[in-house]
Amino acid sequence: MADVTFTVDGKKLTAPAGTLLIDACRKAGIEIPAFCYYPGLSLQAACRMCVVRLEKVPKLQTACTTPVAEGMVVTTESDEIKQSRKAILELLLGNHPLDCPVCDAGGECELQDMTFKYGAAESKYVEIKQHREEQQWSPVVFFDRPRCILCYRCVRVCGEGMDVWALGVQNRGVSSVISPNGEDHLDCEECGMCIDICPVGALTSGTYRYKTRPWEMNHVATVCTHCGDGCKTTLGVRSVDDGSEIIRGDNRDKSGMNGDFLCIKGRYAFDFTTREDRITKPLVRQPNGQLAEVSWEQALEHAGMKLREIRDTRGGSAIGVIGSTRTTNEEAYLLQKFARTVLNTNNIDHHRTADYASFAAALQGKAGRTASLRDFLTAPAILLLGNDATEQHPALAWNIRSNVRQNRARLYVANHADIKLHRQAKSFLQIPQDGYAALVQYLAGNEAGFDGTEISAAFREALRKEESLVIAFGSEFRGRDIQSLVDFGLGLPNVKFAALGDYANSRGAADMGLMPDLLPGYVPLAAAKHFGEEYPSLPSAPGLDMLQMFDAAEAGNLGALYVVGSNPVERYGIDPTALKNTFLIVQDMFMTETAAVADVIFPAANLYEKSGTVTNTYGDLQLAKKAADKAGVRTDFELIVRLADKMGADPKKLVPFGRGVRADMGQTRGAQSGEADRHAVWLAANNLEPKLSPFDPFAVFDEIQRLVPSYNVSRFELLGGQDKQTRSDLVQIELDPARRDLVLPANDTLFTSGTLGRYSRMLHSVMESRTTKPAETAAD
Amino acid sequence: MPRLVSHPDEVKIISRRFGQGAAEIDRYIELDGYKAAQAAIEKGPEWIIAEMKASGLRGRGGAGFPTGMKWSFVPKQSEKPKYVLVNGDESEPGTCKDHLIFLHDPHAVIEGTLIAGLAIGAKMGFIYLRGEYRYLLKIMEKAVADAYAKGFLGKNIFGSGIDFEVVTQTGAGAYEVGEESALMESLEGKRGVPRIKPPFPAVVGLYGGPTVINNAETIATAPHILLMGGEAYAKVGTERNGGTRLFGISGHVERPGVYELPMGFNLKRAIYEVAGGIPGGKKLKAVVPGGSSTPVLLPEEIDVGLDFDQMAKAGTMLGSGGVVVIDESVCMVEFALRTIKFYQHESCGWCIPCREGTDWLKKSITRLHAGGAVDKDIDNIRYLAENMMGRTFCPLGDAAAMPTIGFVKKFRHEFEEHLNGKGCPYEHQREAVLV
Amino acid sequence: MSTPATTIFSPALAARFDKLVTLYPVRRSALVPMLLYSQDEVGYISDAVVEEIAVRIGITPLDVRNVLSYYSMLRTKPVGKYNVQVCTNISCMLKDGYGILDHCKQRLGIGHKEVTPDGLFSLEEVECIGACCWAPAVQINYDFYDDLTPEKMDKVLEDYRAGRGKETL
Ligand code: SF4
Ligand code: SF4
Ligand code: SF4
Ligand code: FES
Ligand code: FES
Repeated sequence: MADVTFTVDGKKLTAPAGTLLIDACRKAGIEIPAFCYYPGLSLQAACRMCVVRLEKVPKLQTACTTPVAEGMVVTTESDEIKQSRKAILELLLGNHPLDCPVCDAGGECELQDMTFKYGAAESKYVEIKQHREEQQWSPVVFFDRPRCILCYRCVRVCGEGMDVWALGVQNRGVSSVISPNGEDHLDCEECGMCIDICPVGALTSGTYRYKTRPWEMNHVATVCTHCGDGCKTTLGVRSVDDGSEIIRGDNRDKSGMNGDFLCIKGRYAFDFTTREDRITKPLVRQPNGQLAEVSWEQALEHAGMKLREIRDTRGGSAIGVIGSTRTTNEEAYLLQKFARTVLNTNNIDHHRTADYASFAAALQGKAGRTASLRDFLTAPAILLLGNDATEQHPALAWNIRSNVRQNRARLYVANHADIKLHRQAKSFLQIPQDGYAALVQYLAGNEAGFDGTEISAAFREALRKEESLVIAFGSEFRGRDIQSLVDFGLGLPNVKFAALGDYANSRGAADMGLMPDLLPGYVPLAAAKHFGEEYPSLPSAPGLDMLQMFDAAEAGNLGALYVVGSNPVERYGIDPTALKNTFLIVQDMFMTETAAVADVIFPAANLYEKSGTVTNTYGDLQLAKKAADKAGVRTDFELIVRLADKMGADPKKLVPFGRGVRADMGQTRGAQSGEADRHAVWLAANNLEPKLSPFDPFAVFDEIQRLVPSYNVSRFELLGGQDKQTRSDLVQIELDPARRDLVLPANDTLFTSGTLGRYSRMLHSVMESRTTKPAETAAD
Repeated sequence: MPRLVSHPDEVKIISRRFGQGAAEIDRYIELDGYKAAQAAIEKGPEWIIAEMKASGLRGRGGAGFPTGMKWSFVPKQSEKPKYVLVNGDESEPGTCKDHLIFLHDPHAVIEGTLIAGLAIGAKMGFIYLRGEYRYLLKIMEKAVADAYAKGFLGKNIFGSGIDFEVVTQTGAGAYEVGEESALMESLEGKRGVPRIKPPFPAVVGLYGGPTVINNAETIATAPHILLMGGEAYAKVGTERNGGTRLFGISGHVERPGVYELPMGFNLKRAIYEVAGGIPGGKKLKAVVPGGSSTPVLLPEEIDVGLDFDQMAKAGTMLGSGGVVVIDESVCMVEFALRTIKFYQHESCGWCIPCREGTDWLKKSITRLHAGGAVDKDIDNIRYLAENMMGRTFCPLGDAAAMPTIGFVKKFRHEFEEHLNGKGCPYEHQREAVLV
Repeated sequence: MSTPATTIFSPALAARFDKLVTLYPVRRSALVPMLLYSQDEVGYISDAVVEEIAVRIGITPLDVRNVLSYYSMLRTKPVGKYNVQVCTNISCMLKDGYGILDHCKQRLGIGHKEVTPDGLFSLEEVECIGACCWAPAVQINYDFYDDLTPEKMDKVLEDYRAGRGKETL
């Protein structure tokens, strides 16, 4: 819309006509107080805090409902306005418990802040306050009614934002109260958005309540470890005896692709980090068959010696390596490099949840064709094929819903089930479970094999008219089907694609070459010339894939198996006795089914306890930062390096540290610390930071950026916490048409998260409390 | 059965058919019923609106917006269907005029709805009565059914090729639903919480379509205006205040009742002559002139004409036409308390100043009435009410604050008599039970 | 959004509801009347009423509760067969509405929002019922009684006790 010019507090401003005054002011740095207004949610005009004076209008007006208009003259602060706001606060405080000293929101409460600003602390009312007991509505959500100021943010975010509609307002007048859908409890997605958005301490979370004061926490911005969406989250951590523990997760600053959204897993399911049954000492199986705690030195020595012995006697092909979908890119990269250059084997794989290799092949050479998670927030049209995003990609579902709501984006959904996003869809097509390939053919104009109906014809028609479309497809699509889908899409004017895979770094695991036939960047083994310098002794024959490794083990042909952050025994239903003749090393947090049969177990750190980068399923690369700490555990990165060292390899070859410039880092403490930090940031941003330790992930990141061109993004922005899209056109891939399809979708729900989810008591208690339990997941 | 009253000073236009059996459609037709509607069909929307404008009729709900103007605001072309909505959610304490219209002249409401529909090009009208008026709903339902049977409603009305449907229903107990946008919410099956304005109903109203919403009395007046001519109607009243109005005079008068008086009729005469003055030789203490939300007048202030402009000049409002007369035996603090209790009970609770403000006013005045207040509490009550004025989401906040300010201003001495443990000096002090 | 297979309502009321939802441009418009009529038949709005109305209209039970709790005539607990609602608002107060209320309390032996042990009467102090010019006024269920005195009130109560009271539904 055309811009209009108007005056606020004497300043001339311009904004597109129709912009809300409150937004226009905020943009210009003029803060207008608000309780009920929340960007992106429907307008309420209920709190009356945002009142301003418009010239020639008799009454004060609410800035949150007034669109700017040409020539408008506005006053946002005056005695009259101040008084009006002060009176509102006095009224609120009149019935507010003022238990700030014990309130969770104390210190970050909007009511406190405003009371401070408007000096409304004097109590004009001597009547007795209504006391009411706090209620627990779910394992996650607690409600303290007297603290509620009825801004209706929670009701709206749950309804409009989440499309759950679990909260309502009941009664009227001063008896009005926020009510959950189950009368005394909630039946909902347990996302905690309502708690997050509450400006006061009326809604509080089960994980955080009464645990700490906001100012006692450190806040670390990092990436969620659960699903493939890669939500940015700010973890609140505090020191405890054995490290530092996470007590809160949110994204209040809306810094990532997820805005302020987090699902239950990102927001609450970090409690696995502090479980008492976490492994914190290395364990080695004794001659009596029992696992016993040993020192790090002994464990590493033992494992290194065994690996070396098997490599040297039986050759690298007798060793297998299984990587993780939740370690960092640097760790995944390092693990395959370790396998290929130290263990001399291409027997490396991971639990594949999407066919990223076929996707990369289909898009090679095509620039700008991958959709970021951000694109779903702005695309004018979206096609979702397969996948139940509400359950499996909650942030994607959030972005789609927001886009439909705010920008009227057109959503097309084709699925074998009646998924919840149907409600946002302009067109919905239900197809047979095995009908996805035929559907793509049909969309491309090939009628055979698809039972066309009027609905499907209209669906196709509308889709073809779209001038700019984002296509997201689930793991229903593999191999050639992905190729045909991409071929179809490329026939439309302006299409981007996203392949939906399940875990925090599923995409990174594939990108980083945790595969027997493909090197980092999907480079086929045969085309690995440019890897020569870093991979001097690269075996040229493709290795064994996941299932072949277990077959080999069963046949007695696998001398050793090194499993990092994965639980294949359970995931793939492997009979553990198949591994009885295989020397098994496991790095994990818990005694998983796989760890239980290991010969050596190294206690590992999780994503919240390390730094590095991760790539979400859309190819958005992000920085993960170490937030928590647990005594006794080590990062997978460090463990791989140490193991290599024990095997007699040169860590410097594995991790190119010790390069970069020499720099005087100056003081890092005291008065000059800021100076030194700025210096370090500059160096890091320009790829000049000295990497002084073999455990520095950024030393490996240098190498990744060198060898995997699609990862060559701006470091400055990446380190600054921004997400950077990796590029699809820069991969070189040639897939063997006979390549096996090993994709095993995780089928996680909102409340499960693979093996990791099993160790979250929070997720368990939520599932138990639900009146209707979600269907059992197929593979967990 | 509510008692009908009569007085020679009355000018009976809208109450013309009261007590004549006009609830029966044939009788209504005998008494010139549905003639206006047929004229409206013949002469078309422009004519209707011109007559309505000429009549000087102003909304009888209380706000006094010129009706003809309101109808003319509805856009001629609209993608969404247009609607007529009749506000029969009569709930302002002191007001019972629409009660009589529904009882004695239901077809006038139907005919008026039809006329409004013809004026704006709507095909559907809703008549919404307050929930307590169930027996009146029955009367309305029968009248609507009779009108359908005669072909006055439904498809091809009066053989004109025009369709018009009417649906009647009641609310379920909520004063706030009398606010026009809250009424639309209620009719859409929601909580009776007002909507943000703009957009105004004439542009985006019921079901998102352009909507004319009028008070039942306003609507029932329309047929009379078309019959007698807008100008003739206007002449009955004063300048800018056309016609007559139903005034309900209640409280301490000899002959309480609903009287139809020309606009601008003198309030003092209405009380002393029309309604027969104060019974029992008592002295007049105060008059609440237009329903409980209008600021109180002192005996020396009542020599004033009952129209929108003169009442505004007198520092109060014409409101809903409910004149409540209070004699000297009444404790004005108790009266103020009963008034604020009502608004506290009826606040929809949407916005902070109204929800919390009415509650604190009620609590403070309750305490004061019982003797538990000190001098600064009176200032606090006034401070609170003044800080609600003009700051709330809808006019209910003002409706609660305005009379309160009036009572404190004009009867401060009575408030003071209650202070410091003294309590109410009037004998009939009672426990407040409404919650 | 459907007609439920089994209904808790009488066939007549169920049929009425089937029709009611079609009268308006949107089904939900029938919500407030449906709640009232269910209450008339069932005596109050029970959980079962909430559930069935939600199904009939195609909204959640939470939606139904949000709405029903807003309106003061709708109740979620039973009252007496005859619910005596005494207005004490300003016009009635001036004409001794509180006296009528006290009188009823005494006669019925119950207070505000209470029910007589035999379940015949309940008592409620209410806001203005739109009968101000005929104050003091009382409503028993949906029927109005005005210009009351304690004596007239006794007569009205007596009629109801004897089963002679008006019963507009
Ligand atoms: S936790 Fe999420 S789904 Fe549940 S009530 Fe709150 S916002 Fe709604
Ligand atoms: S619980 Fe919090 S977010 Fe919800 S209405 Fe109350 S104050 Fe607002
Ligand atoms: S949507 Fe995925 S990435 Fe985001 S918080 Fe939930 S599990 Fe974590
Ligand atoms: S922010 Fe505008 S009224 Fe609440
Ligand atoms: S005040 Fe009692 S009926 Fe109006």
